[in-house]
Amino acid sequence: MKKTLILTTALSGFAFAASAQELTVMSWGGSYGVSQVEAYNKPFAAETGAKVTMVDADNPATPIKAQVEAGNVTIDVADVEYSDAVRLCDEGLIEPIDASMLPPAPDGTPATEDFIEGAITDCAVANIVWSTVMAYNTKNNPTAPDSIDDFFNTADFPGKRGLRKGAKANLEMALMGDGVPASEVYDVLDTEEGIARAFAKLDTIKDDVVWWEAGAQPPQLLADGEVVMSTAYNGRIFNAAVGEGQPFEIVWDGQILDFDLFVVPKGAPNLETAMKYIAFATDTQRLADQAKYIAYGPARKSSNALVDLYQDGKTEMGPQMPTAAANLGNALVNNFEFWADHDTELNERFNAWLAQ
Amino acid sequence: MADMTADMGNQESGLLTTADGKPLKAALAAAQVRAKRRAFILVLPLLAFIMLTFVAPIGQMLYRSVHNDGFSANMPNLVEWFSATEAGTEPDESAFAALAADLALARDAKSIGVVGTRINYELSGTRSLFTGTARKVSKMTPPFKEAIIKADKDWADLELWAVMRGASSAYTMNFYLAALDLTKDQKGDIVQVNENRRVYVLLFERTLILSALITVLCLILAYPVAHLLATLPLRYSNLLMIFVLLPFWTSLLVRTTSWIVLLQTQGVVNDLLVAANVIEDESRLQMIYNQMGTVIAMTHILLPFMILPLYSVMRPINPSYVRAARSLGATSWTAFRRIYFPQTLPGIAAGALLVFILAVGYYITPALVGGSDGQLISNLIAFHMTKSLNWSLAAALAALLLGGILILYWLYDRLIGIDNLKLG
Repeated sequence: MKKTLILTTALSGFAFAASAQELTVMSWGGSYGVSQVEAYNKPFAAETGAKVTMVDADNPATPIKAQVEAGNVTIDVADVEYSDAVRLCDEGLIEPIDASMLPPAPDGTPATEDFIEGAITDCAVANIVWSTVMAYNTKNNPTAPDSIDDFFNTADFPGKRGLRKGAKANLEMALMGDGVPASEVYDVLDTEEGIARAFAKLDTIKDDVVWWEAGAQPPQLLADGEVVMSTAYNGRIFNAAVGEGQPFEIVWDGQILDFDLFVVPKGAPNLETAMKYIAFATDTQRLADQAKYIAYGPARKSSNALVDLYQDGKTEMGPQMPTAAANLGNALVNNFEFWADHDTELNERFNAWLAQ
Repeated sequence: MADMTADMGNQESGLLTTADGKPLKAALAAAQVRAKRRAFILVLPLLAFIMLTFVAPIGQMLYRSVHNDGFSANMPNLVEWFSATEAGTEPDESAFAALAADLALARDAKSIGVVGTRINYELSGTRSLFTGTARKVSKMTPPFKEAIIKADKDWADLELWAVMRGASSAYTMNFYLAALDLTKDQKGDIVQVNENRRVYVLLFERTLILSALITVLCLILAYPVAHLLATLPLRYSNLLMIFVLLPFWTSLLVRTTSWIVLLQTQGVVNDLLVAANVIEDESRLQMIYNQMGTVIAMTHILLPFMILPLYSVMRPINPSYVRAARSLGATSWTAFRRIYFPQTLPGIAAGALLVFILAVGYYITPALVGGSDGQLISNLIAFHMTKSLNWSLAAALAALLLGGILILYWLYDRLIGIDNLKLG
């Protein structure tokens, strides 16, 4: 079975010749992809002479399974979410990563202590902390919404809402919008009543929702006036607002923090270069550099001190980070174990709810 | 003459022979075999290509709908215990000892996630039960039943054991049940799943209804256009044909996103309507991100598939038949109904079949403009292929869709006859 699968895909697909001087990185595209090209790929290419190619996907975790099972892996490094990194590791679809190869902080602190807790797993190394936030277009909101409750309040804040098509983040936000404090969200969501409560809250705005799938969509929907507010990845909103001058504001209340981690698919054609790339890209300076291009927090503590101005040379990046103290008032940290476990069930329910 | 030949044959060996003495029949067969072999060698590259790139991958994919060895291949001891005991047997110490051995085995082989995922498909929330317990199992000592249940009391759940028993065989029909919103309860009876998880049957129905609607709309729009194309002088019709073909050659994504630009609430159509004072600025029409968006965009995208077969059938229809009918006293409606229309039926049949089958499997357009109620079954197949990674369920859904289309095709052949089909 597996042999025939390998045979057919090898014949029908392209088999890239492995070369030590080539590397294919798969990430999420858009302004986030650009930030990685600028901060990691170009300096890495300059230092090692390797030819680094960036490939985009809506979620890089999904092509990994397809490629590994088909025995035709073309990606060397991929950028995935936490729950996906854990799941892929458990299923043996990604290579283990030896944390001792990661460079220490400039002051000598070993990498394992320098990274934020949970940022290094058996098979993955985090590069950023990002967050799902609620954002709005000041042009289309006469009164400025200032809490997650306002997202679900269509009476005082009329207009369409943008939401990611999927259960993750929406259910948590629905509960927070229904008055559940961030610290209790996953306890509530672990019960049948809690799930029903979250869906009931989503029901109240179901007719006003425009669903998005790719991270580049919400800024577009907000700019077009197609929605008055939307959930979005905070960095995308920052880049549209500061980089492109869009009148967007972020409401940090009810934000959901998550890691993005680098993984190496099992059977990556350039394994050695891939490991070198990860060590290079997640060192203190590179992580700090990335914050110059997009408002995602570095996963190393030592990088924070080096984060200064946005590439426009005047915007302070510190307060724009999801991890800035002022933004953490009512923040939720994504529970990857919960999602690794309940992803199937809740997405099934979500799909059924959506179709009805 | 006939007698003479027979006589001659009889004189020599009782059979007709060729000049070199071989029996004629055998020589003929040999020559035919050669010709057949040559023909076969000529089509061999194409046959091999189709087998390797089409039949084999689809076959493999469909095979996954009944075969999933995520559990059975990685838990050998438990599989043995299940095959030695009868269904419904309470798990005893030997079962738990087998479980402990398998968990340790799967953890070392890094396949514990695969095992957990397989069971999680049928009993949600059990994935971490496997990964979590496997992490602790190396420190456990007998009696395992106590130790494992102490690690997580969910292991005592009989439903879990029933699901594991089901998964201990790699071959299962459960994915087909799931694809029809059915499941097996603890006793093994087939029941409907909880109401808040029923989705597939609804989407199958919606896919068929919307596809039929799109086919009818395409026919209504395409018929006059194709007629015009077929009856205009060639130099005008060629120009018109370019207008039909230009969108046909344009990327699907471009056409779909153009519809988003046109139809969205702040889009061109709404702006025009507001400017013309047809609607108020506050009550702009919602024409996209719903069923309406799916129907409009798909009708436009599939329209050429209806126009082209119709055109190819209408072009050679001799206009003198209709003229003759008219001169014999038929009204224009009767002439159309009894003379023209029947001659275009093969084109209608071909166009309708083409559009319907394409519409049933469409996925990009509904994904982009369908919002929540404009999604089709193919969107869920894509979801299970690329997001939930439950390929077995995706394969079962796809197999049901394929089967449904084959039945429709068969019905069509019985009712209209596939010989009446004319694609161009």
